Amino acid sequence: MKNKLIELKNITKSFDQQEVLHNIQLYIRPNEFLTLLGPSGCGKTTILRIIGGFEEADSGEVIFDGKDIAKLPPYKREVNTVFQKYALFPFMNVFDNVAFGLNIKKVSKAETKKRVLEMLKLVGLEGFEKRKIDQLSGGQQQRVAIARALVNEPKVLLLDEPLSALDAKLRKEMQMELKKIQKKVGITFIFVTHDQEEALSMSDTVVVMNHGNIQQIGTPIDIYNEPKNRFVAEFIGESNIIPAIMKKDMLVAFDGVDFECVDSGFAPNEEVEVVLRPEDLVLTPPQFGKITATVTDITFKGVHYEIILKGEHRDYKAQTTEYHEIGTELGISVIPSNIHVMHKMKEV
Amino acid sequence: MKHYRSMISPYVLWAFGFIIIPFIMIMVYAFTDGGLSLTDAGFSLDSFAEMTDSLYFTVFTRSFSTGILTTLLCLFIGYPMAFFITKFDERVQGTLILITTIPMWINLLLRTYAWIGILSDNGLLNSFLKMLGIGPVSIMYTGIAVNIGLVCNFLPFMILPIHTSLSKMDPSLLEAAYDLGANKVQAFTRVIFKYSIPGVLNGVIITFLMAISAFVIPKMLGGGQFTLLGNLIENQFISVGNWNFGAAVSLILAIVILAAISFLKRIDPDGTV
Repeated sequence: MKNKLIELKNITKSFDQQEVLHNIQLYIRPNEFLTLLGPSGCGKTTILRIIGGFEEADSGEVIFDGKDIAKLPPYKREVNTVFQKYALFPFMNVFDNVAFGLNIKKVSKAETKKRVLEMLKLVGLEGFEKRKIDQLSGGQQQRVAIARALVNEPKVLLLDEPLSALDAKLRKEMQMELKKIQKKVGITFIFVTHDQEEALSMSDTVVVMNHGNIQQIGTPIDIYNEPKNRFVAEFIGESNIIPAIMKKDMLVAFDGVDFECVDSGFAPNEEVEVVLRPEDLVLTPPQFGKITATVTDITFKGVHYEIILKGEHRDYKAQTTEYHEIGTELGISVIPSNIHVMHKMKEV
Repeated sequence: MKHYRSMISPYVLWAFGFIIIPFIMIMVYAFTDGGLSLTDAGFSLDSFAEMTDSLYFTVFTRSFSTGILTTLLCLFIGYPMAFFITKFDERVQGTLILITTIPMWINLLLRTYAWIGILSDNGLLNSFLKMLGIGPVSIMYTGIAVNIGLVCNFLPFMILPIHTSLSKMDPSLLEAAYDLGANKVQAFTRVIFKYSIPGVLNGVIITFLMAISAFVIPKMLGGGQFTLLGNLIENQFISVGNWNFGAAVSLILAIVILAAISFLKRIDPDGTV
């Protein structure tokens, strides 16, 4: 199996002298579910549009299957897109929408019908062929858009925040559904979202972006457990980020206490930052903790409580299933493997 | 809602007095043979029979063919203009639309006199052709002059609804067409044009109706040589004094217009354009 289906080399793009993509290097493997994740304006949609052919990069190469396609118009590319607002043709029914690409390619009537019906079945819209677009719910329109793209058997499906217009429950359903469809058709999905939970639960690979730069590329587990810098740690999930000194390998000091950890390879006494996920803070009676702190706020979140504790140096955010009265003094400790040490982020 | 219903009663009265009654009068005159008098008139279909006279039949066919030609010319000139206008950003579009409608703010008679100045034998056009050494052309008082006048007069009514249709189109529809393999021509014929069809039909019907019922332009630019339905009706009422025949022709024209409008309502029920 070839390892790189799409490769972006040194991609740079500006709009009105504003640089939106800065020297992007990225490759995408066949059959993977890759998510471009970042806050709005980070350049994720621009990357998608460059792959789709709707924008041209100012410099750099877009290699697709070994060929540079940077200058190829969208209709000559083996990719299809699911647009953010679906962009279904309002004057056509569901069948004609899905059949659009096949009609353009002059596929025979019988073959078109077979493939369209198959695709509608795949997305769970059997029997909807004759429906008008404005008679469909948001979720159904979403499915039509996916069917319309997939029926062309692209090598890559580009999805531009396709779930952002759906309500929370439907979005969860569609996440599962999309993942299932991707497994079934076995092609590469490139998914753009600003929703970190969506990215973590669906992707094989997550690309975290900010200000036109790639911050980190990795599996969802890597990204969550081993964030490379402060931005990634803050953007993905909740975290306590604490300035620290790496005394030596496997020993880090913060808030006046030495902690054993599992990180190494830093310079002695290097200034670093430590990420502690709220669920990794172990709350104990004060005498057993390495840090002592007082509960100042507690919020019920369903499965757990979220607690804010005030210590000598800072506030800590913790999650626990036990209730603690406001004003209670508690001890905090963390097991070594849950302490994640990062290089200090250069101020941008 | 009920509360406000009484507020429209003045309008109902007004409509009854100035629209319904005259329309009933037209029907009465069309189906009687008493001339101006209604007292000694009897039911008659003579006026409709008279229309089959080849002289009048020519006026009908000329009116319809002029209407069709004007509409087609307006469509072929107006569609590209409307399409071109949508390529600009919104503020510029507003200005361009204003420019296309400026002639509508000038009195119809003045505009038509301007055309006489341009098209007449010693007019601007011929002076210009003379400079190029091309011989004078006699356009005034022909069908060509009437058609030029009609097209220029009704062009905005074609451009506006088409532009409205096109400017409502989400640009991502076009991207979706390209994405699904359509080239520029296919994207135009299969997506852009189809999207604008309600606007096109609106423009076509409005232009056609106004063109077949026009009478000032054909009178002034056709100089009595190019009689259309509007002129025929005007002549019957004002010069000939055959109100029965004039009313019958008016009735036919009214039926055509009503049929066209009800068709328009059917294809575009919300009046979205």
